[in-house]
Amino acid sequence: MTGLAANSQANVAQSYRAYLSRRYHFSASHRLHTDAFTAEQNRAAYGKCNNPHGHGHNYTVEVTFGGVIDPATGMVCDLAALDSFAQTNLLAIFDHMNLNTLAPFRDRVPTTENLTIEVARIFQQFPLAELTRVRVEETGNNSFEYTLRPALSPRAQRPSTKG
Amino acid sequence: MVLLTRKAEFSAAHYYWNDAWSPLENERVFGKCANRNGHGHNYTLEVTVAGEVDPVTGFVVDLKELKEILEREVVSVYDHRHLNLEVPEFATRIPTTENIAIAIWQRLDGKIPNAQLYRIRIYELPDLFADYYGEQQ
Repeated sequence: MTGLAANSQANVAQSYRAYLSRRYHFSASHRLHTDAFTAEQNRAAYGKCNNPHGHGHNYTVEVTFGGVIDPATGMVCDLAALDSFAQTNLLAIFDHMNLNTLAPFRDRVPTTENLTIEVARIFQQFPLAELTRVRVEETGNNSFEYTLRPALSPRAQRPSTKG
Repeated sequence: MVLLTRKAEFSAAHYYWNDAWSPLENERVFGKCANRNGHGHNYTLEVTVAGEVDPVTGFVVDLKELKEILEREVVSVYDHRHLNLEVPEFATRIPTTENIAIAIWQRLDGKIPNAQLYRIRIYELPDLFADYYGEQQ
């Protein structure tokens, strides 16, 4: 193999926008409860998730970053840097913790909706690529998604033919 | 318009290397992916096409035909191959997950009858994947 990079750099003069997604896993406990409700209202709204002793989940966080592929590396962003960022700013904070005790949930119920928003806030600070979407799976059957910038196919943006 | 997605799998070897850089710089940027002996993955490809439902067949595309196109255009070329050494487009492009998504788009674009390519999603690992939606206008 010779000239791979030289060719590569000449060949990718055109810029391609792609999306890179990475999944991270952590386990945490929580209890869904709001002081705005009576005990009865809390039980009605949150059911078994209102159990005073809490319960837990294995969460999966899926973050998507959009960007122009760097012609020298072929990458949207450095994956090792993203993993390191996630270790420090997500996993070290949430893994094997009680979500209700953490600062972001002092005044917010730690539903997975609110967790998804918090995860988006965290990964928006990642300096090397633009966060476009966050998806959090609370269980294999429940997932929550927050889109900061939709990744639409240009071809799908044509006007509807239906009257 | 309806979106339809078909999966396919292939296993292949690759490495990451930019000849314009020193070995040290390659190892700094690409880490263990820079090992010139290569390493491999089981890739999962998801091809999503967009089209109108045919009122007679109820199909957007004939799934059997789509499967054959994926097999002919992608799987038979990539499966059990070394991407850098045996697949022509990666002689000039580093076979990152992002670049594989673009290469597969370019292989399939215009080859699927009655539907338009909408998205290529390629999983290198269950926890790592890239999406490509075509050239932005």
